[in-house]
Amino acid sequence: MSNATTNAETVHRVSFLDKDSLAIPILKILQADGTAYEEAVLPVIDEALAAKIHDTCVFTRVLDERMLGAQRQGRISFYMTCTGEEASIIGSTAALDDGDVILAQYREHAAIRYRGFTTEQFMNQMFSNEKDFGKGRQMPIHYGSEALNYQTISSPLATQIPQATGVAYSLKMQGKRNVAICYFGEGAASEGDFHAGLNMAAVLNSPVIFFCRNNGYAISTPTDEQFKGNGIASRGVGYGMHTIRVDGNDMLAVLAATQQARAYALDNNAPVLIEAMTYRLGAHSSSDDPSGYRSKDEEAKWQQHDPVKRFKLWMINKGWMNEQRDADLYVKYREEVLSELKVAEKIPTPHIDNIIEDVYDTPTPILKKQLADLKNHVKKYPESYPKSAGRV
Amino acid sequence: MAQMNMLQAINQALSSEMEADKKMMVFGEDVGHFGGVFRATSGLQEKFGRERCFNTPLTEQGIAGFANGLASNGMTAVAEIQFADYIFPAIDQIVNESAKFRYRSGNEFNVGGLTFRTPYGGGIAGGHYHSQSPEAYFTQTPGLKVVVPRNPEQAKGLLIASIRDKNPVIFFEPKRLYRASVGEVPEGDHVIELGKAEVIKQGTDITLLGWGAQMEILENAAEMAAKKGISCEIIDLRTLSPWDVDTVAASVKKTGRLLINHEAPLTGGFAGEIAATIQEECFLYLESPIARVCGLDTPYPLIHEKEYMPDALKTFEAIKASVKF
Repeated sequence: MSNATTNAETVHRVSFLDKDSLAIPILKILQADGTAYEEAVLPVIDEALAAKIHDTCVFTRVLDERMLGAQRQGRISFYMTCTGEEASIIGSTAALDDGDVILAQYREHAAIRYRGFTTEQFMNQMFSNEKDFGKGRQMPIHYGSEALNYQTISSPLATQIPQATGVAYSLKMQGKRNVAICYFGEGAASEGDFHAGLNMAAVLNSPVIFFCRNNGYAISTPTDEQFKGNGIASRGVGYGMHTIRVDGNDMLAVLAATQQARAYALDNNAPVLIEAMTYRLGAHSSSDDPSGYRSKDEEAKWQQHDPVKRFKLWMINKGWMNEQRDADLYVKYREEVLSELKVAEKIPTPHIDNIIEDVYDTPTPILKKQLADLKNHVKKYPESYPKSAGRV
Repeated sequence: MAQMNMLQAINQALSSEMEADKKMMVFGEDVGHFGGVFRATSGLQEKFGRERCFNTPLTEQGIAGFANGLASNGMTAVAEIQFADYIFPAIDQIVNESAKFRYRSGNEFNVGGLTFRTPYGGGIAGGHYHSQSPEAYFTQTPGLKVVVPRNPEQAKGLLIASIRDKNPVIFFEPKRLYRASVGEVPEGDHVIELGKAEVIKQGTDITLLGWGAQMEILENAAEMAAKKGISCEIIDLRTLSPWDVDTVAASVKKTGRLLINHEAPLTGGFAGEIAATIQEECFLYLESPIARVCGLDTPYPLIHEKEYMPDALKTFEAIKASVKF
């Protein structure tokens, strides 16, 4: 069997490689003013695609702003925004086919929105009501939809990475012209799952796109305390993988890279790693306060690189958008989010029988007994179990 | 019916299921051309190709995660963990992911088509990293089924049932029986329902309960007891999760006594769970405390394997003590 070592040239003096030996450049297509770099090669994009991307950006901004507010008011228990990272998420999702399977980490609600998750469906999940696809079993933001090929979010970090390798392998074996895409942050790349998943994908020829949002922070831990070496991209090269680093705040750069990554993965039955250099403008989650670990100046600097604004300027330059239409869209989504929120929070929680469902394909005898005992208890003390007492 | 050992029975089960189910894949460390360190997957790669039976890199975490991904997208995944001792790097993927896929997604996604096969248990001079019985860790996890066969015929029937089951299953194979246990195995389709214990010997004085390789120990102990005039009923639990409370309780109501034997350490072992439940179900029928004959609360020792083991003699002593209580 041949391997890299057998092809290596020989040297006769000690010479080490170091972290700068593998300097990986950053693909940039859009400038801050919304014009493309002169030598840049644009992705495949028309007005309809641009409009859908922009629409998803606006919805996501509104959702994040409103739901963070709703969390502060105590209406939902938890929330996470993707503010600042919209280009990374939407630019990559827009490069995919609807049959491609998305395995996300937790900050990629823009991707499921792009696929068609409705405002109502978002609200049902966050309010854990009886219409929630997840049946009220996970915290807010753990979306999932079989119809949209978006696997349900799981809280443990990085577990979706080797799973994506398996999903991609299954797509290949099913003869589908589809890939799996796996989102994660640079922090998750420290978990063993990352290394296991990438290595297996490379060795087993899985058509999977590993998409790293390198957004500067893993909760409060900055990247220089998270990893050494040339970012996450250098790991991709180490695993023998096609790798690219892009400006994660540049919608067109992300779109271009992901379009080509997808084509490569399909044509070669091979994985690709994309590292998007971006910045988490918001807090890690609604339970976090970034003022404890980073400066306002740093955040202000990154505000200048707002990916949503930069893409809007590009569309305006193309004559595909104007400020008024953009402003109207914000108004429309603010109203829609608020009215759907008010509907969803009044929908009842799932029935108590749901507690033993889906543990197995059918409840076991022990589970049935436990449910019967529980219902008798709730009947006895209805005032202590207000969510279920009316419906036992 | 053909005579075969447990490895041949397992191999036949895998082969016939791969034949019937084109979406089934078998993978793990060295399982490809080599056929696995115990040769359970011998010949499968030659028969079904490198894309359906293959080696993975040495990463149990990766194997389990990959298996979850395959199964979540509609495939039948049969993953081998080379030794049960090495299942621990995969525990997050199994406990947090395989077990909860269906529940946490509200059945939008599931990994029902997933089976982990892994050789477990001692008696092969393997020391503590090639002898552990970690079944209790997984019985504490809702969403998993845990299955242990006792001989080649059971191995074939229970493995086929595990592969076809719509839930993730951990199938522990008693490795000391791989070649030692030889018996008649039905040809063709042979399925044994999961979740059902089997009364393998009727008796009147005490119920002996175990699983896997310990069944042979219980049978030997029962023979020793019979010479002293004690009649033992013997039950093979076969599926530990979900376990068959009714069959065990019915037997204990008849005999009035229960002894549980397992190779894993006593503390936190699955015998404790059974004892608590049977005490609840059969309190007024019990004529002596429920006995547990288990491994010591030590790592599995190399040189003192014989002393560590809950063997037939220790079981025989416990039977006598229970009957004389």
